[in-house]
Amino acid sequence: MDFLGGQAPELLPGKRPLPPVQGAIEAPHGTTIVAVSFPGGVVLAGDRRATMGNVIAQRDIEKVFPADEYSAVGIAGTAGLAVEMVKLFQLELEHFEKVEGAQLSLEGKANRLSTMIRSNLGMAMQGLAVVPLFAGYDIDREKGRIFSYDVTGGRSEEHGFAATGSGSVFARSALKKLFREDFTEHQAATAVVQGLYDAADDDSATGGPDMARRIYPIVTVITEEGFKKLTEAEVSEIARAVHERRLEQPDGPRAALL
Amino acid sequence: MSTPFYVSPQQAMADRAEYARKGIARGRSVVVLQYTDGVVFVAENPSRALHKVSEIYDRIAFAAVGKYNEFENLRIGGVRYADLRGYTYDREDVTARGLANVYAQTLGSIFSSAAEKPYEVELIVAEVGNAPEDDQIYRLPHDGSIVDEHGSVAVGGNADQISSYLDQRHRDGMTLAEALRLAVDSLSRDTNGGERTLTAEHLEVATLDRTRPQQRKFKRILGRQLSRLLDEHGGSGAEKPEAGAEGDAGESSGAGDAAGKGAKGKGANGKAADGGTGAKDDSGPGAADGSEAESGSED
Repeated sequence: MDFLGGQAPELLPGKRPLPPVQGAIEAPHGTTIVAVSFPGGVVLAGDRRATMGNVIAQRDIEKVFPADEYSAVGIAGTAGLAVEMVKLFQLELEHFEKVEGAQLSLEGKANRLSTMIRSNLGMAMQGLAVVPLFAGYDIDREKGRIFSYDVTGGRSEEHGFAATGSGSVFARSALKKLFREDFTEHQAATAVVQGLYDAADDDSATGGPDMARRIYPIVTVITEEGFKKLTEAEVSEIARAVHERRLEQPDGPRAALL
Repeated sequence: MSTPFYVSPQQAMADRAEYARKGIARGRSVVVLQYTDGVVFVAENPSRALHKVSEIYDRIAFAAVGKYNEFENLRIGGVRYADLRGYTYDREDVTARGLANVYAQTLGSIFSSAAEKPYEVELIVAEVGNAPEDDQIYRLPHDGSIVDEHGSVAVGGNADQISSYLDQRHRDGMTLAEALRLAVDSLSRDTNGGERTLTAEHLEVATLDRTRPQQRKFKRILGRQLSRLLDEHGGSGAEKPEAGAEGDAGESSGAGDAAGKGAKGKGANGKAADGGTGAKDDSGPGAADGSEAESGSED
């Protein structure tokens, strides 16, 4: 990014003059991203809907991307800006790895993303915010870690689970009741699908699993072995199981009262 | 008062070329060979940290001999060029041809600029294609010329002799183990016709493997995997070690691989190297003569 700033500053997202605005700019927005950690790794997932005001702009958008071999980033907010930010972030990690011959630490990657979000603050003030969720496997500490951000680039590490985007409040509440420390990888993947289901249930901007069109959430898993995106078959199996249970119990699994 | 001497431009250029060539000839060699699934780079390099072979981009890798600080500088320049290209346009738009051109320009202008000393480096830029015919290998001598190579190429101290040895024995469709064996045989021959034994610890090996599922095709072959590949071909020449080699290539990837793995399997390797090279010995000093067109033309 520093090199790009010196060499071709016009390519950097934050360096553009801001357009004069009357009212809010209409651009597709991505919605809910959730993450759950489990012993041995972390699961990061996102729904597939992008909205523009009250219109569904896209049904099958992908909002979770690998950042490098051991980390992934899920984006909520203005889709166009977010995708570009992720592209630049991926480039930076790869560039560092090639030039230095070693990967950045997970903490280093999280800090870098923080700076990039901050550079977008001007746009965010005009309604074009990008708020990602960053998850990765920390090779030094041998565990999955989750970082959430606010619009000003403030970074905080989340323990256990986290959510961002318009449906995040509902997803986080659902995960709060479902989360266990000793999840397996499959249980963690099921938990994020449950969280997204609840977000879609209460937030109009979040899309649930679309059985008719076979559009299911994107679920990615990062472990010691690296980044892996669950195949459509794997996710559809989980999503169908969750959906089946919801036909009997629309509000999802019940937690104990005391 | 001293009188300035006249030095003819021909003489000045010849001196510079001589200077650069001598610098390059002091170092160990690097060989690059095409094999059925891609391109393999083999360097004699006892250091685990200072690489002679590196990744530039998805399908492009770089190998160099000569002064470390000079080619490291060029390598970083190449990575920057490639990353900026790929970000501005698309990952597909980064090509070895474009990169080789940039290197040629840089080396050429440094070589002919009177204010700077010429770089004592020789580079190889290779790109792996979807099929062996699409592979590209460019050799860039110190003066900024580009040589389009096919099959096999060697640069460094003993390059002439090694490349004629490789030319005689390299064929299309070699497996990785066969190509690696050939490369090690060629590197272990001394200038005076004697032979040394090269084991896994002395070698830096990397491939551009077109069968790799990841976007980035570059992979270092380290430690145990390298020892096994060297062993496989030490015994019988007819072995087809493909299945084992490929399985491994998929597993351990990225720059994160521990550098310390290199120490294993030394004894077995030593044996393999001996057995493999014993049979062939011809191209002595005589073979070095007519092989390299470029070495005559540059001064």
